[in-house]
Amino acid sequence: MAYQILASLCTACGACEFECPNKAIRIKNDIYFVKPEKCTECVGHFDTPQCVAICPIEGACIQA
Amino acid sequence: MNQRVIALDSLLNTGVTKRKGCAASGCGGAADGPDDMAPEVWAKVRDHPCYSEGAHHYFARMHVAVAPACNIQCHYCNRKYDCANESRPGVVSERLTPEQAARKVLAVAAAVPQLSVLGVAGPGDALHDFTRTFETFTLVARTLPDLKLCLSTNGLALPDHVAAITALNIDHVTITINVVDPEVGTRIYPWIFFRNRRWTGLEASRILLERQMEGLERLVAAGVLVKVNSVMIPGVNDEHLKAVNAAVKQRGAFLHNIMPLISDPAHGTHFGLSGQRGPTPAELKELQDALAGGASLMRHCRQCRADAVGLLGEDRGQEFRLDQLSATTQTADPAPRLEYRAMVAEARADRRRAAKAAAVRLAPLADVLPRRVAVCTKGGGRINQHFGHAREFQVYEVDRTGVRFIGHRRADNYCGGGFGQDENLEAIIAALAGIDTVLAAKIGACPRSRLAEAGIAVIQTYAHEYIETSLSALFASGLAPQALAS
Repeated sequence: MAYQILASLCTACGACEFECPNKAIRIKNDIYFVKPEKCTECVGHFDTPQCVAICPIEGACIQA
Repeated sequence: MNQRVIALDSLLNTGVTKRKGCAASGCGGAADGPDDMAPEVWAKVRDHPCYSEGAHHYFARMHVAVAPACNIQCHYCNRKYDCANESRPGVVSERLTPEQAARKVLAVAAAVPQLSVLGVAGPGDALHDFTRTFETFTLVARTLPDLKLCLSTNGLALPDHVAAITALNIDHVTITINVVDPEVGTRIYPWIFFRNRRWTGLEASRILLERQMEGLERLVAAGVLVKVNSVMIPGVNDEHLKAVNAAVKQRGAFLHNIMPLISDPAHGTHFGLSGQRGPTPAELKELQDALAGGASLMRHCRQCRADAVGLLGEDRGQEFRLDQLSATTQTADPAPRLEYRAMVAEARADRRRAAKAAAVRLAPLADVLPRRVAVCTKGGGRINQHFGHAREFQVYEVDRTGVRFIGHRRADNYCGGGFGQDENLEAIIAALAGIDTVLAAKIGACPRSRLAEAGIAVIQTYAHEYIETSLSALFASGLAPQALAS
């Protein structure tokens, strides 16, 4: 159970990093990625995964 | 490179420091402010190129791109593409951490004594990830306390940060407000992210509007100067912007800046791809004229990039890319900037005297239709630019009631790459639609005759004169002798 970021679509705006309640989103060499072991899909925190809800690019944050 | 900045030497060469007819210490200071503005407001706006039309001739601003993330989606925005030749909001070449931004500001301040303002304007929303924005301001305020700080926001997160904004002495905030009717908003905002979920449709626009109005009211109550930006979208909110103007004026906005929608399929925005057009210069001016009695209208906006550096209308961002900053510590010495500001205060007082003299000259003239004239200027309120160097023109109207700045015409629109000189001249002629007279410091014979063919006269006789002085003389000279005699 984790989300992932498709680097080919991501604009690296970092909005998801700011919203993630688990600090599961990191950046390395200007590419954002989700640390799967930290991602809870926001279950227990919010109704919808925050990265999906804030991402300006449809389909860039998807379920792994 | 230096000739792109108006600078100390251009002021020195134009008689500003000759101090003819005034006691050495008699001008400058408070006397440089306009008659109809409270001194405390003048103190806030006089060095800010975006808030005071006069200031953009003299002062430079820089935006640092520390805020890439945004909490709403607008149909006119797409931050995916970056082209160094493009000038439009939301576009940026390099994203910075707060520490990198502070280094960059220090480097620019050391090289550009005209620098007076640091802004965070995106490329996303300055108040979404507010930690980066406020950390940047905190770092810069520590090393360069003489710079004014400003930010721009869509307003959604604004009510949460009013206290922080006042604590950091950010005395200028721009809110982009495109609608005061959520129904109209649904055609501009597909969604917002608020309180940990995404909202769409009418509800999204309603929340955004409520938050914008709350933020505006609370900033005004806290004594922060608020500029409202609106994007004019023909067929969507063009007529509606009159209601927006009334609403923001009533809530105490200091300035209202109506900007034309920039719409091009190549930018990849929803409006660009769906064929929504932007307004023509004539449509924009018509709306601005209809609103002349509302909140003070800003007519000199250049729709800067979120990492713009320099005077409005120029962008020196490429000179100050992170990889070009020297590793050595830059000086934070404010002396050159303070000296420059004192000189500008004096220059402005001088120009104000010239403008008053021009008004005196115009007042007794015949009451005929205003004349519209484009001028080439590098700043300082003078006709001091060669036509061939002009990438934009300032447009003025003159009649017996005075000389009025009415806007800019840009001839370098958005992607100059690939254009030859001839095409450029055609672009300039197109940009000057409706104008038959241009005042320039100088023009070559070839473009001059090409413009004459297009019905545009370029006059060089007012080279290096003040704009007001020149336009009043031009207006007087255009009148029939009997009208002059009256």
